[in-house]
Amino acid sequence: MDYAIHVENLTKRFGSFTAVDNISFSIPKGTIFGFLGPNGSGKSTTIRMLCGVLHPTSGSALIMGRDVAKETEAVRQGLGYMSQRFSLYEDLTVEENLDFYAGVYGLSKKVTADRKKELIAMANLTGKEKSLAGTLSGGWKQRLALGCALIHKPKLLILDEPTAGVDPVSRRVFWEIIHELARQGITILVTTHYMDEAESCDTVGFILDGKLINIASPQELIAQEGAKNLEDIFIKYVEKATNQKINSTFNSLNFLKGEDDAL
Amino acid sequence: MKKSRFSFKRFKAIMMKEFIQVKRDPISLKLPFIMPIVMMLLFGYAVNTDVENIPTAVFDQCKTEDSSQFIEKFADSKYFIITENVDNEAQLADLVDSGKVKAGLIIPANYSEQIKNKVNAEIQLVIDGTDPTTARTALSSGLLIMREYSQKYTAEKLIKYGITAEKLPGISLKTNVWYNPDLENTRFTIPGLVGLILQNITIMLTAFALVREKERSTIEQLIVTPIKPSELILGKLIPYIVIGYTGFLFALGICVWFFKVNVAGSLGLLLLLGFLFVFCSLSIGMLISTFAKNQMQAMIVMVFVLLPSILLSGFIFPRDAMPKVIGFIGYFIPLTYFLDIIRGVMLKGIGLKYLWQDSLALLLFTIVILFIATKRFRKSLD
Repeated sequence: MDYAIHVENLTKRFGSFTAVDNISFSIPKGTIFGFLGPNGSGKSTTIRMLCGVLHPTSGSALIMGRDVAKETEAVRQGLGYMSQRFSLYEDLTVEENLDFYAGVYGLSKKVTADRKKELIAMANLTGKEKSLAGTLSGGWKQRLALGCALIHKPKLLILDEPTAGVDPVSRRVFWEIIHELARQGITILVTTHYMDEAESCDTVGFILDGKLINIASPQELIAQEGAKNLEDIFIKYVEKATNQKINSTFNSLNFLKGEDDAL
Repeated sequence: MKKSRFSFKRFKAIMMKEFIQVKRDPISLKLPFIMPIVMMLLFGYAVNTDVENIPTAVFDQCKTEDSSQFIEKFADSKYFIITENVDNEAQLADLVDSGKVKAGLIIPANYSEQIKNKVNAEIQLVIDGTDPTTARTALSSGLLIMREYSQKYTAEKLIKYGITAEKLPGISLKTNVWYNPDLENTRFTIPGLVGLILQNITIMLTAFALVREKERSTIEQLIVTPIKPSELILGKLIPYIVIGYTGFLFALGICVWFFKVNVAGSLGLLLLLGFLFVFCSLSIGMLISTFAKNQMQAMIVMVFVLLPSILLSGFIFPRDAMPKVIGFIGYFIPLTYFLDIIRGVMLKGIGLKYLWQDSLALLLFTIVILFIATKRFRKSLD
C-alpha cells in the first residue's frame, strides 16, 4: 500500500539521551494523524526528522515513498510545515508573507497570484492583505501561517501544536479547514494537547519517553482500553510509565494553610 | 542528498523580503547616515589632541621691560594664554591646584640684572602634569619659545661685538613634515573614522539581521523549505552590503567636503578596497550571529570585537608605541589593514605599489572569515 509517511525503526540519540526510541508507523495518504504525548516525549524530534532538519541516528523515514535523508530537497518541496509558534515575519504584511514563501518554493507570478487569492479567502483575511502580520490576532496569525505552509500545494502537511493559545472559535474554524484539506487528499500530521481535536483524527499515536506506546483509530483505542475518552487513556499511559498516580501534591504546601502568623 | 543548482528565484525572494524588512526598520535605514554624522562630529572635535591656549599664570618678580618682553613672547604663541598675574608662589600653587591654570611662568627678581651681567638667567616654567597630553605640549612649546628667544638674544648681543651668526659654525636642522604639514589631528583621525564607521555599521546590521531570524524562530520555518544555505546567506546579505557601502560613501563625503580632507591618491582604488572591507565586516557580523542566540548576546559579543578594533588597530593610539605582544594582536584585526589603506590613499596618495601587502592581508582575512562564518552558519541550520 502507498503510504504518505512510512517510518521504520527511527531512533535519535543526543549523547546518552535517547529522544526517539526505535519507532515505526505508517500513515495512509489523505488521512489525519494525531501525534500525542506529553511535553518532551519526542514528538518534535520525530517531526524534525521527518522534515529532514535532524538526521536520525538509525532507522529511516519515507515521505511519499522518498527517503528523507537521501532526497531531502525533493521531500521538502512536497511538504508543508507549521512550527509551534506561528513563525511569520511580523514586519511583513499578509501579502508579503505569502509572496515570500511562494518565491522560496519557486512559484511563478501567475500561480502565486491565483493561490494567494484563494488562501486569503480561506484564512478569512480578505481586506487585511496590507496589514502587518504582527498586528493580527492569534487566530488570524495561525490561519496565515497555514496559508504560507500551503502555498506550494504540499501533499503532506505537518502541524506542530497549531492550535496552542488560540480561542475556541478560531480552533473550530481551523479544524474545519484541516478536515477539508484531508478530503482533498492532503495527508496531515498534527500534534496537539487538546483531546477533543485528537478524537476527530483518523489515527492517533501515543509517544512517551521516545517510545510509541500505541497507534490506532480513536474509537479502537477507547474500546481497547475500556476508557471513557482519549484523555483518560493519555493519563493512564503516563501513570503507567511513571509508576505513580497523577494527583497534585498540593496538600504538602503547608505554608498556604493556617493563620498568617508570620505577617 | 541530491544536489541541485542555485535557484535565482529563491535567492531573489529572500533578498526582496530582507529589503522590505530593512525598509520597515527605521534604525537600519537611518544608521548609515546618523552614525557617520554623530561619530565624525564627536571624534572630529572632541578627540582632539592638538592642545592650544593653555591657561597660564605669570609670577613676574622682576617687572622690567626685559621681563615683559619675554612674557609677551609667551603670550604671542598660540599655545599659551596668560590668564592670571600673581604676586607670590602660594597664589600660583593655588591656581594650579584648583585647575584654573595648567602652567605657571616664574621670572626671578634679578632677571634683568642677570642678563645684563651676562649671567645665564633662569626662568621657571611650572606645568600641571595630570593630563600628559597638555603637559607635553606645554613642555615642548615652552622649551621652544625659550630657546628661540635666548638664541635671538645671544645673536643681538653678538652683533654688538661685530660677530654675526653667519660667522659662527653650527648645525641647523631643516625639518620638512610630509602629508600633514600642520600636524592636524583631524587629518589623521577622520579618514580612520571612515573605516571604523564602515566596520561598525556593517557588523552590527548583519549580526542583528541573522540573529533576529533565530530569535523569532522563523529560521525553523525556512529550514524546512527547499532553500539552500548559499541562497539564504547571499540573499540576506546583499541589503547589508548596500547599507554598509552607503554609510561608507556618506562618511567619505563628510570627510572630503566638511573636514576638507581630500583624497590624495586614487579614489577608484579606495572605493574598491572599501568594498572589500564591507565584505570583511559582513563576514565578521555573520560569524557573530553564529555564536549568539539573541540580539542581546549579539550585542555583548560585538563589544568584544569592536573595542579591541578601536584600541589596537591604530585608530587612535599609534601601534608603534604598543608593547610587542599587544601590537601583535593588532595584526588579527582587519581594521588595522584598512586603516593603513585608507590613510595611505587619502593622506599619502600612495597606490597598490605600497599597499599591496595590506590589501592582500585584508583579502585573506575576508576569505578566511567568510569561510568559517559560512561553515558555522550552515551547521547552525542543520
